[in-house]
Amino acid sequence: MFLIVNKLEPRKNAFTVFDLQTEYECTTDLFIVLSAVEILHALPLFFLAVPIAQRRLMDVKLGELPNWAATRDFTPNGILSAVRRGHDRFYNKYINVKRGGIGGVAMLLTGYVVLSYIWEYDHIKHDRWRKYH
Amino acid sequence: MMLSFFDQFMSPTYLGIPLIALALSLPWVLIPTPTNRWLNNRLLTLQGWFINRFTQQLMLPINLGGHKWAVLLTALMLLLITLNLLGLLPYTFTPTTQLSLNMGLAVPLWLATVIIGMRNQPTAALGHLLPEGTPIPLIPVLIIIETISLFIRPLALGVRLTANLTAGHLLIQLIATAAFVLLPMMPAVAILTSTVLFLLTLLEVAVAMIQAYVFVLLLSLYLQENV
Repeated sequence: MFLIVNKLEPRKNAFTVFDLQTEYECTTDLFIVLSAVEILHALPLFFLAVPIAQRRLMDVKLGELPNWAATRDFTPNGILSAVRRGHDRFYNKYINVKRGGIGGVAMLLTGYVVLSYIWEYDHIKHDRWRKYH
Repeated sequence: MMLSFFDQFMSPTYLGIPLIALALSLPWVLIPTPTNRWLNNRLLTLQGWFINRFTQQLMLPINLGGHKWAVLLTALMLLLITLNLLGLLPYTFTPTTQLSLNMGLAVPLWLATVIIGMRNQPTAALGHLLPEGTPIPLIPVLIIIETISLFIRPLALGVRLTANLTAGHLLIQLIATAAFVLLPMMPAVAILTSTVLFLLTLLEVAVAMIQAYVFVLLLSLYLQENV
């Protein structure tokens, strides 16, 4: 019984075994349920997997990244809506809070300074070479 | 060393996108849209308070006909103040140092005030060309002078903003270079220079805000004359 319980540890897409243990008191029923769960666990993964276009970025494996990027919308409307969504996420998490401090805006400004540095890096590099040969 | 001081006013391109595009879109990010909630977050509350006070102060001397300019002038003020203040951060680009942008803001708005005046009350608008109480022999000369001053207004508006910001940024860069170069040689002088730099930075912050305000104030003045 212990071995079976260890194999079926709770995962994101699987249902927990412990609930089933508390519900089914009769041992024969428990054997039937656990064996059904084992069969389900042994099924090929693609019957249960979510298609790649509908997964979130954090759930995409590294090797599948180009495929995922190909399914994204790169039209101007798509890019604008992505920017809008990103902005809304940041805004609602850090600025649109009850007691927002200077942190939210400070993060934005720091990000802006870093981005500006990246934009000007080429010029800065050439300046440095010119000054110090 | 000599030519590099003006390079901060060139907008570099990265992956085809110029930095001015990023700099011009930042006010949109920093000034969020007000919601229709009763109590907003702190940023929106501060911003809302500032906008209300500013619009009230700006619209005080203007007649009713000019009140439709309230949104435009307040938006202009917010844009200029944000652009100027953001330009004081390191490595950033200030779009208002470009004469093209400032003239693009000044000329259409000034022309709009003149055209409104000429269309709605041409006599009064032309009457502004001759101040009250001028001695009679001076009238022809004064009309010419006033006409010239009328046409120089957009140029003055644009160039004032550009020159103030450009000069400020250049000074900051010069004095910073001086302090940096003097540090290994004469540390005492370098400390003095750093103090000057600090004070100059404070001045630049003030200038950034004041210049934006002056721009909008003068526009409202021109509007007041013509409405």
